[in-house]
Amino acid sequence: MALLTTSHISIKAIVSCVPKHIEYSSDYDLFTEQDLNLFIKTTGIKERRVASNEVTCVDLCYTAADSIIQKFGKEDIDAIIFVSQSPDYFLPASSVILQNKLQLNKSCLAFDVNLGCSGYVYGLSIVASLLQTGHLKKALLLVGDKSTISTSYHDKSAYPLFGDAGTATLLEYDPNAEPWHFNLQSDGSGKNAIIIEHGHSRHPINQSSDVLHQIEPGVKRTKKDLALNGLDIFNFALKEVALNINTLIESTNVSKEQIDFYLLHQANKLINESVRKKLKITEYKVPYSIDVFGNTSSASIPLTMCYKLKDELLNGEKLLLLSGFGVGYSWGSVLLKTKHIFTNLVEHD
Amino acid sequence: MITLNEFTAKLELEFDDMEFGTLLPTTDYRTIKGWSSMHALIVIAFLDANFDILLTGADLKQTQTIGDLYNLMLQKK
Repeated sequence: MALLTTSHISIKAIVSCVPKHIEYSSDYDLFTEQDLNLFIKTTGIKERRVASNEVTCVDLCYTAADSIIQKFGKEDIDAIIFVSQSPDYFLPASSVILQNKLQLNKSCLAFDVNLGCSGYVYGLSIVASLLQTGHLKKALLLVGDKSTISTSYHDKSAYPLFGDAGTATLLEYDPNAEPWHFNLQSDGSGKNAIIIEHGHSRHPINQSSDVLHQIEPGVKRTKKDLALNGLDIFNFALKEVALNINTLIESTNVSKEQIDFYLLHQANKLINESVRKKLKITEYKVPYSIDVFGNTSSASIPLTMCYKLKDELLNGEKLLLLSGFGVGYSWGSVLLKTKHIFTNLVEHD
Repeated sequence: MITLNEFTAKLELEFDDMEFGTLLPTTDYRTIKGWSSMHALIVIAFLDANFDILLTGADLKQTQTIGDLYNLMLQKK
């Protein structure tokens, strides 16, 4: 069981970056009025940020990271990890490109992690494991996706769900920090629930990759587009997420009431409300950002922290439970204490 | 134990966009005007929250009417 504990790590700053351009659910051509009302009721999504063709997830993460560096400096940043499923290239790794772009020292280690909605929690576990010995002083965890690049406009089951965002989190070795507790899980039997079939080694691009298939009314996509099975994902989330969180909490000496905020991946409001009710926690403790940013994949947790908890995180200590879940299936949660975290939300042209 | 009529009325309350009396035990729910995958999510959430029963997409495919959903609920209970 991947229940693990790390020590001596603290988060110093989180900056999230979203594109300026807003797309409103009410402007989506494929929705009837009834579709729109039902969509907003179930997903909670009223608007999303969409990056232009020229802007990538790397650009959004760069802007977020640069903003952190301007404020905190880049001395002692010994690691840079990029968690995303929309890197700039097949190769080289985007983290290495970002090391150069941010003008970090060549002694800085850099690698990419290919995870989606669980990516922030997994990223924190990787960085915490690297830093906890004290040999490395600080790390930048860059997390996000440009999901809109892989959704078909003609697929109303996927296109209006996703928004783009990139985030940067500055972590440091802190001998006085309290331990962090993780519960990380995976189940590859769910690989088809969210998948882009063509474009990599299993199914390289071929003549059939660009053919638009009608899956059902209002759902047309190519094999290069993201395909999403909403019912299977919903079933997975209801079955696993609350269980994962409860298992984590039970493995510690903490009660649910002691936790100040539960930051759930912003998948869809119906899923998150179902999880919240299963956990029997009050609405106040579960902040949302999905209404204005949509599902921003791995960026959704840090983005919600920046958007909704700026003052709370800056002032005093907070005990947080973060839970990411989705594509893979991959999911995990972390229980951690924060102290005076600087957060900010910036926009990219 | 909830009756079929009570089950039907309770489920109907979940759908803001549905007029009172639209759902009947014999209603083939997929033929309701405007029915979409979003409605299916609401059905799954309804069964999970009220009866602690988790349906998969495949489970749902086996059903046609509200009565079928009710029977599936009883079967899985």
